[in-house]
Amino acid sequence: MPIDWIWGLVGGVMIGGAGAIYLLGNGRIMGVSGILGGLIDGSARAMWAERGAFLAGLILVPALLHLSFSPGSTQLSGNFGLVAMAGLLVGLGTRIGNGCTSGHGVCGISRLSLRGIVATCVYIGAGAVAVVLLRQILGGL
Amino acid sequence: MRSLIALLAGGLFGAGLHVSGMTDTAKVQGFLDFFGAWDPTLAFVMGGAIVPMALAWIATKNRTPVVGGAFPEKADPVLDRRLITGAVLFGVGWGLVGLCPGPAIASLSYGGIGGFVFLIAMAGGMFGAPPIARRLDKTGLAA
Repeated sequence: MPIDWIWGLVGGVMIGGAGAIYLLGNGRIMGVSGILGGLIDGSARAMWAERGAFLAGLILVPALLHLSFSPGSTQLSGNFGLVAMAGLLVGLGTRIGNGCTSGHGVCGISRLSLRGIVATCVYIGAGAVAVVLLRQILGGL
Repeated sequence: MRSLIALLAGGLFGAGLHVSGMTDTAKVQGFLDFFGAWDPTLAFVMGGAIVPMALAWIATKNRTPVVGGAFPEKADPVLDRRLITGAVLFGVGWGLVGLCPGPAIASLSYGGIGGFVFLIAMAGGMFGAPPIARRLDKTGLAA
């Protein structure tokens, strides 16, 4: 639906604007897996306040939008085993590969980083294979 | 100041994920389903995000960050085993349920129990990743 694409574009510009603020303001790459992962494995203890503030904004603003005029829905699978397996893979993969959709995708591609471009192609390819396996062979679980 | 900027960036990022529909796992899986009813929304989000971000990278030339310090150096263009292994694992997890780290956190307030299950499992994976990453660094020369 064309309206979805327009909202996608609008939201995308907001996401890129957020990355621009974080980069030009704090001199940091806005990669969510890095911001959260550094807090979890203790490698970023010195910058916990900045990272905590980022995550707080990331949770609170969508919560406010959800409660006010734009209710959100995730349509997440009800199969918690599958959800937990997926979460584990995302956590492992983003930290091993040093980035996710925001870091490698948005921030990496925009500076023409070879690593970012290749990682993005690889995770989109792997994601497509996973969706086909899940839907065509495993029947959606 | 650093925290204020981070709060602003995180909030705007969350709002962008919310309005773009990227917290909706069906839209993300729809994008990855190239052989099904393909949903191109994610490509518009990526495209929209890359433009301001590319301008920001251009603006970093001959400047320093507002709070001082230096901008991050570009990593050496080395495609090692670690990058590829990580991207494959991440991609499979992303495809299985349609969540990556940003939307998983942004949708916590309305993602139900499943959203928390995903976040806790993801945190576990992030906690367990460093030893695996070190091993890949040690044994792998190039991909």
